[in-house]
Formats: sequence, C-alpha cells, structure tokens
Amino acid sequence: MFADLPLLSLIVWLPIIGGVAVLLSGDKGDANGVRVLSLVISIATFLLSLGLYTGFDSSTSAMQFVEKTAWIPAFDINYHFGVDGFSMPLIILTTFTTILVVLAGWEVIKKKPAQYFAAFLIMEGLMVAVFAALDAIFFYVFWEAMLVPMFILIGVWGGERRVYATIKFFIYTFIGSVFMLVALIYMYYIGGSFAILDMHTLRLTQHEQILIFLAFLAAFAVKVPMWPVHTWLPDAHVEAPTGGSVILAAIMLKIGGYGFLRFSMPITPDAAHSLDWLIIFMSLVAVVYIGFVALVQRDMKKLVAYSSIAHMGFVTLGLFVVFQIWENPANTDGSGAALAVEGAMIQMISHGFISGAMFLMIGVLYDRMHTREINAYGGVVHTMPIFAAFAVFFAMANAGLPGTSGFVGEFMVIIASFKANFWYAFLAALTLILGAAYTLWMVKRVFYGEIANDGVRALKDINSREFAIMTILAIAVLVLGLWPAPVTEVMHATVENFLQHVSVSKL
Amino acid sequence: MTLESLNIAIAMPEVFLLAMACLVLVVDVYLPQDKRNLTYVFAQFSLIITLVLLLGNQTDSRVLAFNDLFVQDAMADALKMFIIIISFGVFVYSREYLQSRDIFKGEFYVLGLFSILGMMLMVSANNLLMLYLGLELLSLCLYALVAFSRDDGNASEAAMKYFVLGAIASGMLLYGMSILYGLSGSLQITEIAHAVIATTAGQGGADNAQNIGMVFALVFIVVALAFKLGAVPFHMWMPDVYHGSPTAVTALIGTAPKLAGFAMIMRLMVEALGGLQADWQQMIIVLSVLSLAVGNIIAIAQSNIKRMLAYSTISHVGFILLGILAGTNEGYSSAMFYTITYAMMSLGGFGVIMLMARQGFEADNITDLAGLNQRSPWFAFIMMILMLSMAGVPPTVGFWAKLAVLTAVVDVDLVWMALIAVFFSIIGIFYYLRIIKIMYFDDAVETQPLVCGRDMQIALSTNGLAILALGLYPAALMSLCVAVFS
Repeated sequence: MFADLPLLSLIVWLPIIGGVAVLLSGDKGDANGVRVLSLVISIATFLLSLGLYTGFDSSTSAMQFVEKTAWIPAFDINYHFGVDGFSMPLIILTTFTTILVVLAGWEVIKKKPAQYFAAFLIMEGLMVAVFAALDAIFFYVFWEAMLVPMFILIGVWGGERRVYATIKFFIYTFIGSVFMLVALIYMYYIGGSFAILDMHTLRLTQHEQILIFLAFLAAFAVKVPMWPVHTWLPDAHVEAPTGGSVILAAIMLKIGGYGFLRFSMPITPDAAHSLDWLIIFMSLVAVVYIGFVALVQRDMKKLVAYSSIAHMGFVTLGLFVVFQIWENPANTDGSGAALAVEGAMIQMISHGFISGAMFLMIGVLYDRMHTREINAYGGVVHTMPIFAAFAVFFAMANAGLPGTSGFVGEFMVIIASFKANFWYAFLAALTLILGAAYTLWMVKRVFYGEIANDGVRALKDINSREFAIMTILAIAVLVLGLWPAPVTEVMHATVENFLQHVSVSKL
Repeated sequence: MTLESLNIAIAMPEVFLLAMACLVLVVDVYLPQDKRNLTYVFAQFSLIITLVLLLGNQTDSRVLAFNDLFVQDAMADALKMFIIIISFGVFVYSREYLQSRDIFKGEFYVLGLFSILGMMLMVSANNLLMLYLGLELLSLCLYALVAFSRDDGNASEAAMKYFVLGAIASGMLLYGMSILYGLSGSLQITEIAHAVIATTAGQGGADNAQNIGMVFALVFIVVALAFKLGAVPFHMWMPDVYHGSPTAVTALIGTAPKLAGFAMIMRLMVEALGGLQADWQQMIIVLSVLSLAVGNIIAIAQSNIKRMLAYSTISHVGFILLGILAGTNEGYSSAMFYTITYAMMSLGGFGVIMLMARQGFEADNITDLAGLNQRSPWFAFIMMILMLSMAGVPPTVGFWAKLAVLTAVVDVDLVWMALIAVFFSIIGIFYYLRIIKIMYFDDAVETQPLVCGRDMQIALSTNGLAILALGLYPAALMSLCVAVFS
C-alpha cells in the first residue's frame, strides 16, 4: 500500500513543515488551536511511521524504503534515506514518544506554547532523519541540527540553572561531533564516497581505524552518554522541561547507541575489536559506579538521569561484548553474540518507554508541587492513589522486574556477557540490586509513609489526560516485556548480517 | 591603437557605474535635505542597472580589455555579481540608520559607489597597477566613510588608525610589486606568472639569487594582503575600525570588500605567483592558524557586538585562507564559497544591529539584544540563523562552507590543519551561542517592539532565509564556485 509513497520523507518532513506551521500560527491567538494542531501532526506522523512496520520485510538485511536523489553533486552528497532492522524500531519509538510529549505539555506550558510545540515537532522530524539517513553528511546535518531546538527548549522553558545546563549540553555534544566530521571527511578522501554503506566496505589500516574509531567514540560516547563524559546529562535533565527530558532520555541517548551500530562497529571493526576492553570498562563503570551515584541523589530528576546512564551502559556493553564472546575459548560455537546485540536494541527501546514514563511522572508531581526534591514529598499514595499505582509499576520496570520490558534487555545482555566472561556478567547483574535499590527507595520516600506536609495533602490525583499518557506507556512496557518477539523478529536478519560483517577483519 | 582594441564593451558595467557615481555626486549637490531620498534611489538604481549589465555580459572564456589591463573571466563575473548584491543590501539596511543620526548625506552614497567601483576593478585586474589603483580607490573611500560621522571621537580615531595602517600596508604592497617588476620586467599578471615559473625552474640562466628575490617580493605582498584582509598578526586595525565606524560603514567594510580581497589574493598569489606556491603555502598556514586561534579566543571576551563580529571576521578569514592554502582548484572554490557566504552572513548580522539601533542609541552592546525573542520573534529567529551559520551549525550555509574548506584541506593531506580548524570552531561556537542565549533566554530590558520600514523588513528576512535556504540546498552556489575554477 505504501510502496509508491516516499514514506520516510513524509515522516521526516511532515512534522518539520507542521512545526513551522505551528510556529507561524503564533502565540497571539488561541493556545488550544496550537495544541490541537500539534497533536494532530504528531499522531499523523506516528500513523505514517506504522507503515514502516507493516511494510517491512524482516527476511532481509538490506535497506528498505530507500530514497536516493543527488543533493550536492560537487561532493557527491545524496538525499539518501533507508531503514533496516536497527533504525525502523527507533523511528517508531521517536514518533510514539513525540505524541506523549505533546500531551504532557498540554496545559502546563503557558509561555509561548507555539514555539514550544513547534520545537518538539521540528525535532521529531530531525531525529527521524538521523535514524533514516544513509549518507554520512546527510546524517551529520540532522545530527547537529537537532541540537538547536533542544538548546532552545532547555534554555527557554527550563528550570533555574537552565542557561548553564543548555550551553553545557550544546558544547559537549558539539565538541564530540566535530571530530566525527573530520573522520567522515577523511574517509571521503580515501574512499571517494559519503554513503554510509560504502564506508562499511572501505578498506582501512589498523592505524586509521583506531583514529576514526576514537573520533566516532568522541561523538557517540557523549551522546549515549558514557562515563566519564556523562556530566552534561544530569544538568540537562534536571533543568529541561518535562517534555525535553523525555525526548532527551527516550530518543537522543539512543542516537548515540545507534551511532555505534551504524558507524563505529561496521566501519572500524578491527579498532572496535582491539579497543573493546575500553568500552566494556566504561560500560561497567557506568552500570556499577553510576548506580551508586544514583542512590544518593536528592533530586528525583537527577536520580532518573543517573539511572539512565546506568541503563545505557547495558547498551554499550551488549554491543562490544560480542568480540569477547567470539574470542572466549570456552564458548566454542561462538553463540550469544546475536543475543547481546538484540539485547542492546531491546534495552534501548525499553529504556525509551521507561525513562520517558519516569520523567513524565516526575513532571506530574512537579506541575503540582513545583519541586523535585525527594524530601519535599512523602505519603503521596494517600492523596494520589491512581498515580501511585502507575508510579510503582514504572519503578518496578526501571528496576528490571520480570514481565516488564526493563527485564528483557538487561537479561539478554547479562546472559550474553556470561559467554564472554563471568565477571562481566557478575558486575552487570549488580544493576538488578542497585536499580531496585535506588528506584524503590525513591518510591518509598515519595509515595509511602505519612503525609509529609500540606502541599502533599492538597494534591489532586491525575486527570484523564495524564491517565491516558500513563496507560499508553504502561501497556507498551508490558507488551514489550511479555512478548518482545515482534521487535526482535524485525531486527533478526539485520543483526545476523551486522555480526557477519563485524566478524570479518578489514585488514 | 584603435578604440576597438580597447574592447571597452566588456567593461560596460564599470563604465556605467563610474558615470552614475559622478552623476549622483552632481545631482546630490542640488538636492535639499528633505529630497535626499532621491540620492538613495539613484544610487540603488545605478547598482541595479550595473547588475543587469553584468548579467547580460557574462562570459565563459577569458577576455582582456584596455590593452590587457582589465580581464573578464568567470571568477570576475561571479564575484562582481555578489559584490553588487551585497552592497545593495548594505544601502537598504543603512538608510533608516543614517536618517536617524543626521548623517543621511549624499557623500555616503557617492563614496559607497566609488568604493564598489574600486572593488570591481580589483576583481578584474590583470595588471599590478590596475590592482593597486582599484585597491586604493576602495580604501580611500572607506577611510573617508569611517570618519563620516565627523563629530564622533571614536569614529575619528578609527579613521586615523585605519588610514595610517592601511597606508603602511599599501606601501608594503607597492614595494613588493616593484621588486616583482624589477625581476620579471612586467606588470602584467600573466607575464609575471611566466617569469616566476621560469625562475623557479631555473630557466634562462636564472640563479638562486633571483629566486630569493622573488620570495622577498612575495613576503611583502603576503604581508600587505594579510593587512587588508585582517589576518593575524596584521589584524590590529579591525576591532577598532569595526567598533568606531557608524554601523552602516562597518557593514560596508565588513562585507563586500572581503570578496574583493579574495579576488586580490587569487590574482596576485595564485595567478601571478602560482609558481611560488610552496613558499606562500607555508606563510599562509601560519597566518591561518593564528587567525583562527586569536579570532575565536578573543571574540569570547568582547562585550561589544561590533568588536565581537570583528574578531569573528578574523577567524573566518583564517578559514578562507585555509581553503586557499590547499592550493588546489577545490581549495580555491571552497574559499570562494566561504567568502561569498560569509559576506552574506555578516551583512545580515550588521543589518540586525542597525535594526536595533535607534535615535542616539547605538545598540552595539551584546546585552542590548536581550529578550529580542519577546520583542520581535521573527528578527530573533533571523539573527539565530545568522549566528548558527557563522558558527557552522547545519542546516545553515555556514556548515557547508566549513565542510567544503575542510574537505579541500584533507584532500591535500593536511588533516592536522583540519583538526586545528575544527578545534577552534568549537571555541568559536561559544560566543555565537551566547548571542542566541541573550536573545532567547534573557529578559528584555527594552520592551517596545522594533519598528522599521517595509524595505528593511523584506531585505533582512530575505537575507536570513537565504542563509537557511542555501543551507538546505547549497548545490547551486557550490557548483557555481566549482565551475569558476575548472
């Protein structure tokens, strides 16, 4: 049905053009019109993106829905879109999350709502384009461009230290990515093409691979973010408006993980192989050390931000542990690599739902009490019982309770790590304890116990809009937790092909 | 020698502009102050007609005129076109600014038109004398314009500095040119080129001393060019001149003359002294790295937006030199692309500053932009695009300009230069972001919305959207620049 439509272009440009329309409709008129228009655009985009799922051929690892037109002939840069099993689920995650973000900002945003909603819609288009772009420079354009709306979002609608946080966010991510740009230009100089798939087959010496890998690492490690370049994230999360935090956690961090899958590992497999110890070390530090850091936070948003870093550690661990799985002499058949990569992918999608839900919950409380301090709460369950039920559910998911999506990805990665090295798995599994500790302790202090103060006593339970958001997310978390097969199936061929490619040395 | 051999037709746009400048000069004398608008209309009209003449006069080949003093080629056509378009923009932006300051005088337009003529002659020079005369015509007009607001102490100081340092640079240039003349026996650029190649190849009994003489001349020429372009360490005049001049004049200095300066480098270094490329490449590497470093770092410390833009210009000059030092056709076309787009961005930047300025209020402190998003979201958006473009953030055209230059540099195996350039552009991004931060995140001190004429609104919007549109589709302008050097 969708065969003739340039589906990816539509998904990219509909929210961007829609966002411009929202922007032009201005802040003078009725704010309701702006909201409804934004919601309609985001839902339409989501429905279009479902076309990617229904029309997806999961038996092939080739790029699908490919669109290719010459863009800048002087540098052989093409307008080149296409999706495979890695990018397709992430695109749907993006369009799905944007709907929730629009809903979450509904009556909360009083200041310049048109600019607020327009920024999210434009960012949605840019992020989808990042996942879909198959030309390296085309990718880079969107990769950088999406920083601008986020920069504005945090800076205009953020908290007290928003200016510090947003400039830190921008400069951190910008520093990382310009070195990637030089690496891309260098590969163009050697191979004469900016097409990502051509770069996959480009022959590079070990020395070149190491440098290119480090350039990519600078870009993606900041984005994920990996310890020790994670410090922008707690600041950005704390100061960002709820919607901004959700997009940051649910999608922007995934772009870093996606970068490893699309660029670092296939383009420089030998460098990835020889430096895998570094990434695994950084991932395990993120899982364990950042888990402890999360434990001592007093600010709820900061706690969830640190928990995001710990959870993203599983993604990078799952990706880079494959080399050690292959090398482990005890693991003769080399199995488990596919499990690790699929686990990492599931973890990314699941974290998109759960961290989004966590930030939305904090947003619900913040909208009512205007504080994120854990100490300012207590006994919320007495005044907001429905909300507390959701909160406990999502907290369980964040802690990796079996049956929720949080369990699946972590479990797959831990099992796979066992095939590489017992201690990797042991350290990674600590997260099950730590995650439970920091999440549940926060829930205990905020929701249970005596009613802490008059502010809490006066709280009103969630309204139908908030109920709808929570329900949608809860269903998503449960479905992915109980029946992840639809997601793993679409990526299966892609993962096989990816591992096949990465296992062959380029030297 | 007949009139036909002068081939006067190919210099028609210049001849017309000269005639019109003289006419405006005469007409303006008889106009009362309340009819001064007529001078403005005349000046703009002559620019439009000159542009039409230029467009009707395009050529693919290289044509010489005036006994080989004057050359018309693809580069000259393209650069002149942009010089005129950008100067047209400067005139539009400056009208209300000048009116509100009681310096809405005919001299601004007369001198402006003559300086444009000077730029066009520089672009089309095929002879060292011609190049020098074009440069002096441009510079002398600009010296006078800087001091144009004559009761302003800052402006007089700036004019003095500009004049003295500019005269020294011109002296350097003449000195280098005269040595070159002595060694090659000609002022014609093409003949000098032959002589240089013959000398470096050791033909015709050329010895090492002659070769050293050539390099000696080259040093003076490079220094003079660095002075005129504002490359570090010859950049001292720029912040003071940018700051001291009335903003309308700063816009005139900071935009189109960069295109003429680019042409001057191409004519002198590439066409005449191409044989010494290995020598000048070394010198330009130093100039470029220093410009990138000093420009970007010192810009952070500025609180005056015009000074900040001056330092930002210095860093952009570093990028332009980076493209030129690659020494390949890709490098030259990338530098040309960079120069054209830079001139457009900086035109828009000065446009916004002039828009903000009111009667007796200069609006040149960075904090004067505070809360622009509340006062006028549209112009804040335009300024944001301009700043992002200067910082090189996609999807604006500034990104493509940087990408083109970096690609050219990596192509000649100077990856480390590319890394230095991106490193300093990271530093640079901070002060551009600060402008956006002040416009969007800070609260407005002034609350009244900006008022300006319809012409200014349209011009500024076109300017900003052009930066965005070229960022989304840079292929046309890029292939124009590539075609010039192939």
